[in-house]
Amino acid sequence: MNPSFPSEPGTPVVSTRRRRPSLIWLVPTVAAVIGLSMLMHAWLSSGPVITIDFMTAAGLEAGKTPVKYKDVTVGMVSAIDLSPDGSRVVATVQLDQSAASLDRVDSRFWVVRPRIGLGGVSGIDTLLSGAYIAVDKGNANASGKRFLGLETPPTVTHGSQGRSFVLRARDLGSIDIGSPVYFRRIQVGQVASYRLAEDGRQVDLQVFINAPYDRFVTSATRFWNASGVDVSLGADGLKLNTQSLATVMAGGIAFATLVHGGAEVRAVSGAVYDLAKDEKEAMASTDGPAQFFQLVFAHSLRGLVVGAPVEFFGQSIGEVASVRLDYAPGKQKFVTAVGINVYPSRLGSVLEKLPKSAGDTERRTAQFLAGMVAHGLRAQARSGNLLTGQLYISLDFLPRSPPANFDVDARPLVLPTVNGDLDQIQEQIASIVGKLDKLPLESIGQHVDASLKDLDEVLRQLHGQVLPEATQSLKQVRSALGAAQGLVDPQAPLQQNIGQTLEQVQRAARSIREFLDMLKRHPESLLRGLPKSSAPSVAAPTDDTHPSQISRTVP
Amino acid sequence: MLPPQASHMGLTRCHICGMTCVNDRPGIGDLRCGRCRAPLHGVRADRIGASWALLLAALICYIPANVMPVMYTQLLGNGSESTILQGVAEFWRSGSYGIALVIFIASVVVPCTKFVTLGLLLVSAQRKTPWKRRERAVLYRLVEVVGYWSMLDVLVVAVVAALVKFRALGDVEPRVGILFFGAVVILTMLSAMQFDPRLNWSGEDS
Repeated sequence: MNPSFPSEPGTPVVSTRRRRPSLIWLVPTVAAVIGLSMLMHAWLSSGPVITIDFMTAAGLEAGKTPVKYKDVTVGMVSAIDLSPDGSRVVATVQLDQSAASLDRVDSRFWVVRPRIGLGGVSGIDTLLSGAYIAVDKGNANASGKRFLGLETPPTVTHGSQGRSFVLRARDLGSIDIGSPVYFRRIQVGQVASYRLAEDGRQVDLQVFINAPYDRFVTSATRFWNASGVDVSLGADGLKLNTQSLATVMAGGIAFATLVHGGAEVRAVSGAVYDLAKDEKEAMASTDGPAQFFQLVFAHSLRGLVVGAPVEFFGQSIGEVASVRLDYAPGKQKFVTAVGINVYPSRLGSVLEKLPKSAGDTERRTAQFLAGMVAHGLRAQARSGNLLTGQLYISLDFLPRSPPANFDVDARPLVLPTVNGDLDQIQEQIASIVGKLDKLPLESIGQHVDASLKDLDEVLRQLHGQVLPEATQSLKQVRSALGAAQGLVDPQAPLQQNIGQTLEQVQRAARSIREFLDMLKRHPESLLRGLPKSSAPSVAAPTDDTHPSQISRTVP
Repeated sequence: MLPPQASHMGLTRCHICGMTCVNDRPGIGDLRCGRCRAPLHGVRADRIGASWALLLAALICYIPANVMPVMYTQLLGNGSESTILQGVAEFWRSGSYGIALVIFIASVVVPCTKFVTLGLLLVSAQRKTPWKRRERAVLYRLVEVVGYWSMLDVLVVAVVAALVKFRALGDVEPRVGILFFGAVVILTMLSAMQFDPRLNWSGEDS
């Protein structure tokens, strides 16, 4: 030990200090408080946990796929499992507290993926960002825990303004969910959903008409299928009708309101309408009750189809309901039985002018018709289109038709028929052909043949004998004519001689006239000779000079 | 029989000036060095509480560090948050076993080992048990050495978040979980520092 250091250890001083609880315990306290507060926050901000069933989990990822409402992330898929039976995928979704109200029982969930449809392209943004689950918040008050995810996005969301209606269609046609609904060719809504009716007899379509167009749907509104191109080749020719190019591809529905609908009442939401096949049918379906008639035609009615028009005086008042073959045992003939539906209300104001009679409608109709039949009302299958051979039924007055009896008590009422105009023409042509057939064409032909042979012989003779002679004669005639022409020529000597002769005759005549003049003046000169006093000297020299001149020139 | 310790002889060495002071009246108050007036203390048995507190705080922070997302990754509009274990699982699934292992060791194995080791040291120190004193000393040194490496996760997130900034194409942002994880690392280190390894040797020898 170093001797410079004291051997005794130093005495420490005692300082009195208050013992305080160690501050170090603040650290875990703070950590715990923070942790707890975060836990509380997480617990408070987490909304309900729901499960959604999907057909496939394509694009879904646990912990990554968000749930979006109006493009705001309101939750996250926390787990994806298979359903117990393995048929579906169950996505467990943790919703945020702010979106806790989205779990209504009628809320709808669907996966937004890129979709290319006829109506357009949607969900392009998810190409890069990945799929997400979209929500359409329901209106119900009750909240649910388990949902069935939609496979396709709903066309109508709960927030949209408007009303939905139910259309009853015979079949779906080319209509699909999202198919547009047109009013005056403006798209005013779309098909929200469809389902087969319970009995399988019809398809119930739910259409949604956006506000403010929904007010145009009234009690007098008619809906019809405007899908695709409506090309109809009927008795009234080729008809092509379409709403828009989009409907050609994707199908669509159109509606219109009847103008003579009387008092129109705005339709309530969910009202049921019939979906007509086309516009014509939609408008015709207001014709009230149809009156069924039976027509029996004795001839074939090729070209008459169900739906062909029934015209009365050129106005369409009904349609053919059935065409079938029948057998009339009495006559041992096959006949065609045609059922037609006539809508009397299509006659419109004419009905009111017709005489009224007592009894029920059917009875009145029968009695009214009996009178009409007596005046010549007949049904006739007429050709509407010669090109296609389509037939239609015409009800017309044919006063010259043979009388027919009309059974007022028969049900259904049977209207008398006559053959169609084309058939009549056919008959006439047939009779003409028959007459033609009776002509002895063969013997006529033989006779004509023999005559032609004789003629041939005659012609040969003509050619061999007559023609050369005729040629010769013609030649002679020509030479004779030439000779004659020589005679008639002004330069011909004959002509000149004649001229001179005539001149001399003229001179002789003049001399005779002078002589006769002198005799008239001096008749006595016949006896006494020429008096001296007379002045024949005036004429005499001229008379004398002339012959001398002639004699000189014409020796 | 080991030679006597300073406390047995009623002596305490001042840590500042090195003077050996008599400390034969324990429990009467704070002793200060007679020369430099620095607080005199022997084995800091009182620090056990602080060590416990920090260890507890670290343990508390470890829960949100694992439950809450540490990183938000957004690639081509597809954003997702991931926790540490999700990241490990993802790396493992994609075949990067090495990276997955490193992250797993740094973020799970090391902190858990530290919790257990520190807890063990603290308990055994409180009990003054002579059980495997040498091994416990080795454990303590191991804890001190390994402590810094636990910051690997924090470092990865910080670097990636700083590097990956491609706006719409891709983006990485840190999330609150990494803060808790950093707190865990710091608190365990502090806890280890508070622990006086001399406590290991107090108590009776067997």
